[in-house]
Amino acid sequence: MTNNILLCGVGGQGIVLTSKLTASAAMDKGYHVMSAETIGMAQKGGSVFSFLRIGNEMYSPMFGRKQADIIIAFEPAEAVRMLPYLSDSGCVIVNTHPVMPVTAVLKESSYNGEEMMNYLKGCVNDLVIVDGAKACRDLGSPKVLNMVMLGAAIRSGFLPFTIGDAERAMEKNVKSQFVELNKKALNYIS
Amino acid sequence: MHKEFLMGNAAIARGAIAAGLDLICGYPGTPSTEVLETTAKNNKGDIYVEWSVNEKAAMELGAGAAYCGARTMVTMKQVGLNVAADPLMSLAYIGVKGGMVIMVADDPGPISSQTEQDTRHFAAFSKLPCFDPSSVQEAYDMIRDAFAYSEMYHTPVLFRPTTRVCHGYASIDVKDPEEYYTHKPEGFEKDPSKWVIFPKLSYNAHKNIEKRNIELSDVFSEYHRNAIILPAEPSCRKGIASHGISFTYVSEAIVDRSAPKLFKVSTPFPFPEKAAVEFLKDLDEVLCIEELDPVIERELTYVCGKYHLNTKIRGKLTGDVQTAGENTCDSVYCCIAEFMGWEKPAVKEMDAPPELPVRPPVLCAGCPHRASFYAVKTAMKGKKCVFCGDIGCYTLGNAMPLDMVDTCLCMGAGVNITQGIGRMDPGTTCFAFVGDSTFFASAITGAVNAVYNQADMTLIVLDNSTTAMTGHQPHPGTGHTMMGQVVDKVSIEAVLRGVGLKTVETVDPLDLETAVNTVKRVAEEKGVKAIIFKSPCAVLIKPEKPAVIDEDKCIGCKKCINSLGCPGIIISGGKVKIDSSLCTGCGLCSQVCPVDAIGGMDK
Repeated sequence: MTNNILLCGVGGQGIVLTSKLTASAAMDKGYHVMSAETIGMAQKGGSVFSFLRIGNEMYSPMFGRKQADIIIAFEPAEAVRMLPYLSDSGCVIVNTHPVMPVTAVLKESSYNGEEMMNYLKGCVNDLVIVDGAKACRDLGSPKVLNMVMLGAAIRSGFLPFTIGDAERAMEKNVKSQFVELNKKALNYIS
Repeated sequence: MHKEFLMGNAAIARGAIAAGLDLICGYPGTPSTEVLETTAKNNKGDIYVEWSVNEKAAMELGAGAAYCGARTMVTMKQVGLNVAADPLMSLAYIGVKGGMVIMVADDPGPISSQTEQDTRHFAAFSKLPCFDPSSVQEAYDMIRDAFAYSEMYHTPVLFRPTTRVCHGYASIDVKDPEEYYTHKPEGFEKDPSKWVIFPKLSYNAHKNIEKRNIELSDVFSEYHRNAIILPAEPSCRKGIASHGISFTYVSEAIVDRSAPKLFKVSTPFPFPEKAAVEFLKDLDEVLCIEELDPVIERELTYVCGKYHLNTKIRGKLTGDVQTAGENTCDSVYCCIAEFMGWEKPAVKEMDAPPELPVRPPVLCAGCPHRASFYAVKTAMKGKKCVFCGDIGCYTLGNAMPLDMVDTCLCMGAGVNITQGIGRMDPGTTCFAFVGDSTFFASAITGAVNAVYNQADMTLIVLDNSTTAMTGHQPHPGTGHTMMGQVVDKVSIEAVLRGVGLKTVETVDPLDLETAVNTVKRVAEEKGVKAIIFKSPCAVLIKPEKPAVIDEDKCIGCKKCINSLGCPGIIISGGKVKIDSSLCTGCGLCSQVCPVDAIGGMDK
């Protein structure tokens, strides 16, 4: 049994850290973990993804199309970009808040994420919509989006560990003064 | 032994430490950089770690250490090996005493490189043994083998992972410190007949190398990482040969399938010929799944000819596998399905998605390079100019709206290319842009060349006091070393004056008016002159207060957006706004605004 997880979004949203934390929580449960992500030219503002695999029979850190059990998308267009990887029975957790690329500003494109959300609603059966901007406002920090998203993903039941497991992994990876805030963020979606 | 979740490059570093590493040196380059960084981070003080000024320097330093019996690793990306090719080719003849592993990371795609060159060819060209790991765990384990073979055969060896191994992560078995190999280098023992290269020595060494490589081919045929895996059905007369990360894609593709015979090649050079013959036995057809060049495919074709085997070898050369770009689980599955005659999965057509926003890499908000490019562009407006770029973050100055990189070839090339253009395209004002780390790595010779040969050009050094593109490594101008020392900074201005430039001006590019005036004045001068635009990388400094747009003053002309392309300036609700989460308060936009509507930051 292998869990194929795909995290995606825009550089700077905390995707790589979330991937590490998920891996750490899974390892603590005794699972074997592999992952692969974009590094390098994709600096702040570029599309970022992280493939994460938890389980037994797996060889490659990446997986093919239609094999993701869950896509955790921090940005609506990035969810659409990675949608070919979703399995027919897979789930998508998506943050509604769009991130405008510089090129869109230059070309005065009207990208606002709505079109992407409509597309997702049309073709994903199991779609969990997270108002990430509201969550960050409620929690008082723009930096907790990743924990809100991870919390929502765990609630969906597609990850092989509990919120409590994620909390313990987070405590090991996050500076002590941010632990409480991140706990709240993990539990934001109930 | 315990489990850890490690990046491939970290696994390579940790594997080397467990194998008794004494010295590591290299030059940063994606995807190789984290090997040296991880070693430095895990250094108890008994390993000498340095970022050398370039790969050639690193290779020579590593050779010297290995002459002393030290276990040495030199790290670089594939194009770095081109820079280090001179010492590499000769060192192959001289050999080493301590184990020397040259870690060269290849980059299929390419994802962040100039070329898709294949270091396995470099191994054959230099006649050096080459190890090609397929996973994070194997990279960790194989480093020990690489050191052992290097020491046993007194030769440097190449170790060449690719990006997906370097940057992949896995929970792997890692040794505890008490399981580490330990030894002590003996020091340098004088022996001119051994360490001084002369034609006679080279002739003898060449003979020995050829003999050794025949022997190694046999040894590698028995090496357990060159694996032959028998087919699920003994009657199956098809086989797949693969290597590196692609082998894991092959393994994924045949899960739940009746698998053909497999050949995993972990030492592409010397090619394990006897193992190959064993693999080819009883096969009608073999598909080679490789990334970069068809190395295994050519070797197997050669083996078929040499041993009169009637096996059809397929791969890139026969059009069965893509010739360029990286493989994926999907691309490999398709190739195998075609080869095996499997039905391809029916693809349920989804509605065409809406047009997706493209997110090309851009200079960060507050990046001083943006200001430097804009200053030169403004100063030279309307003049016939050429702007030769170089390798680093500032290559991104090519993007609209800056559009300030006319050429980019390889490390340090811009300063020479601009001279060539100047010779053949008179009336062009010639500029070369080079970053501080690239300047030290390979632009100084270009500056000397320009001075000596009486070129007419302006060298722009973009000095952000770090090697930014690869993740902020120190260099000679930063005053820090990987051993944690604070040292004298090598001054770029002093270097340029030292090689004969009369005009070398250092300016803060974020002071736009001064920057523009300096460019205008310096560009007018004849001969070789330089401007050093000095301002630290925006990622490394604490941001100032973000800019604020005075909505009453803003006339919506969008000059700030259309001239700078800063990700910190956005349009929201039809109005120009500052994204305060990105803005660093660099103040460049406030100096561009024609109606003085941008303020707020501390200046």
